[in-house]
Amino acid sequence: MDAIILQILNGLDKGSAYALIALGLTLIFGTLGVVNFAHGALFMIGAFCAVTLSRILSLSHQVIDETRTDFLGNPLKVDVPYIYGWFGEATGQAIIDWSVPLSLLFAIPVMILIGVAMERGLIKHFYKRPHADQILVTFGLAIVLQEIIKYYYGANPIPTPAPEAFTGSFDFGAAIGMEANQIIYPYWRLVYFAFAAVIIGAVFAFLQFTTFGMVVRAGMADRETVGLLGINIDRRFTIMFGIAAAVAGLAGVMYTPINSPNYHMGMDFLVLSFVVVVVGGMGSLPGAVLAGFLLGILESFASMKEVIDLIPGINQIIIYLVAIIILLTRPRGLMGRKGVMED
Amino acid sequence: MSKSNLTRRGLLKTSAVAGAGVALPTIFTASSASAFTNEPTGSTVTLGFNVPQSGPYADEGADELRAYELAVEHLNGGGDGGMMNTFSSKALQGNGIMGKKVEYVTGDTQTKSDAARASAKSMIEKDGAIMITGGSSSGVAVAVQALCQEAGVIFMAGLTHSNDTTGKDKRANGFRHFFNSYMSGAALAPVLANAYGTDRKAYHLTADYNWGYTTEEAIRASTEAMGWETVAAVKTPLTQTDFSSYIAPVLQSGADTLVLNHYGGNMVNSLTNAVQFGLRDKQVNGKDFQIIVPLYSRLMARGAGENVKGIFGSTNWHWSLTDEGSKTFVKSFGEKYGFPPSQAAHTCYVQTLLYADAVERAGSFQPCAVAEALEGFEFDGLGNGPTLYRAEDHQCFKDVLVVKGKENPTSEFDLLEIVEVTPAEQVTYAPDHPQFSGGALGSCNNGA
Repeated sequence: MDAIILQILNGLDKGSAYALIALGLTLIFGTLGVVNFAHGALFMIGAFCAVTLSRILSLSHQVIDETRTDFLGNPLKVDVPYIYGWFGEATGQAIIDWSVPLSLLFAIPVMILIGVAMERGLIKHFYKRPHADQILVTFGLAIVLQEIIKYYYGANPIPTPAPEAFTGSFDFGAAIGMEANQIIYPYWRLVYFAFAAVIIGAVFAFLQFTTFGMVVRAGMADRETVGLLGINIDRRFTIMFGIAAAVAGLAGVMYTPINSPNYHMGMDFLVLSFVVVVVGGMGSLPGAVLAGFLLGILESFASMKEVIDLIPGINQIIIYLVAIIILLTRPRGLMGRKGVMED
Repeated sequence: MSKSNLTRRGLLKTSAVAGAGVALPTIFTASSASAFTNEPTGSTVTLGFNVPQSGPYADEGADELRAYELAVEHLNGGGDGGMMNTFSSKALQGNGIMGKKVEYVTGDTQTKSDAARASAKSMIEKDGAIMITGGSSSGVAVAVQALCQEAGVIFMAGLTHSNDTTGKDKRANGFRHFFNSYMSGAALAPVLANAYGTDRKAYHLTADYNWGYTTEEAIRASTEAMGWETVAAVKTPLTQTDFSSYIAPVLQSGADTLVLNHYGGNMVNSLTNAVQFGLRDKQVNGKDFQIIVPLYSRLMARGAGENVKGIFGSTNWHWSLTDEGSKTFVKSFGEKYGFPPSQAAHTCYVQTLLYADAVERAGSFQPCAVAEALEGFEFDGLGNGPTLYRAEDHQCFKDVLVVKGKENPTSEFDLLEIVEVTPAEQVTYAPDHPQFSGGALGSCNNGA
């Protein structure tokens, strides 16, 4: 029983990342009709926003420490962040420690800007082209973006820890009266899950309760009619692309303490997120979120030792296996709408 | 009882005729065409450096390439000569190899076997490389080694730690200076017994490929021999990025030690996840929970940041060693590039020097002559103490370092501290050891 609870918890944070990326993918597909293979790269760029801010905050000048030597036997040059000089060492350390949450503020404008630039600069030229062309160009863009990141940040993962206050794990088992150490869960992953819930809720609320959202939803249903009503739907869709980019980027920022970011982390998530979108139903926002969590939890269960012993290799194929079963039984996905990608 | 008619004179006659018969083809080919693949005829000789220049191990590949460039500079008489000054063999004079200036070409392995074979093939066939070296993965090393065997060039392996490279997949044209999984297990076990006791329950997470299997096998064999129990061993996909679902059940299993048979990005992520789960703060079976990383790399340790603190592992070489060879190499490399070399850089630099020295001693670039000069070669002064290139499997036997993540690093390079230098005899095994069985060197190939 405790093993099952544990894997459900595990699936939740993985599912959160899938859901957030799939949500953005679906938003873009639903509004612009573009299959955006560069969406994983936006997640990765978000993560590197956190790396960049953490580097900016840690910008240092060197002070020579005569008492110690470096690897060549010369006096050791110690890096002292400028921020220590401005705010004092304790405050400076605290600011650097909180660089990941602070990166959220940094990432929002950066990601919206990148999203809008991407849409206006490249993707808008492919609206009327077949989906295959869109996939090729966005996939190419993803490769270019990840190579740019690799050029500047290297190929190795870069540690970007969570604030000290969130290190360690919460003992769920002990909290509900079970034996200690049976169900433990890292604090930061709980934060990630809560954060994902807030973002997903905010996106839904935005679409549901604002005039802007209402126009976008109308545009998703019938773009032509909305245009005929004199509404500049293109501009709104561009903004939606920026918002979708920001959602992916924020998901990336908050993911950095879970796994040290590297240049290909976007690709690692991209394919799975596409499966999530297809399973959830192309164009369905609740479907994307539901399928994200569902597949995240299933993936966790499939990596249990007992399951692998029973069916070797199941941990590597479970998501695709489930996708096949769902698509065979419900060809439009879990919550797919009629008419999407069927013309 | 049978009676033999064999006489001394008869045996001599037969041997002479047979010898002439065997030598005949060589006599003709030697005078009519080049005797071996890419025989250098001009004033230069070309070496092929096959390293990951793209893909996840690109940073390690870049460090290997720096080391190769430094080795070429030293061989050609440039710089301060580096470890040529401390090397016990004095055959190298700083005038290239056998008077020929050393040039090089590079290939990108991408850490993919097919790409690595393609780049090695291109360097041999198009660029005329006489020797191929480098790499950061056992899968790649085994694949390229087999290619070099077929092509008739020497392969001096880079960073490859799987037992199989000089075990079941060994080849007569291939040589490995780097240590292997067995040696990691043999070196780590006594240190672990000392630090954590002989009554431990270990849980293994193992990367699902060749290197992972041999490392798990080696660590299990040596820890079980000292009394540890292996409660579970779970294979994890090589493409896995989030290991939480593999790490979460560890505590439930009753294990008090987690062994991460992971390298590169896998290691960074699994270790980070394990520390996030707070495993190291837990007490199980009345003992502090411990994590072990059998193969450490400083470049990878950087990715895991603070999480490596206090964690045991093994490594082939570390820049903080204080022998003359290591100090000289760190100085040469550090002054040229501004930071200390990695273990990958060290093994690649040493392999280049060893190859060049073997050519000088053999007096020929012919692969079989070079192989013969390397086989059973004993040397010192290259950073690992007295070393033997064993003839039976082309594996170097030398001291192995047991290291621990440093508690108070002074820089981003100062992440590991040496806990013990395990002497070579403690990590030496018989050539037919079960962990290495199943393959044969075969005979060396001169190609052409």
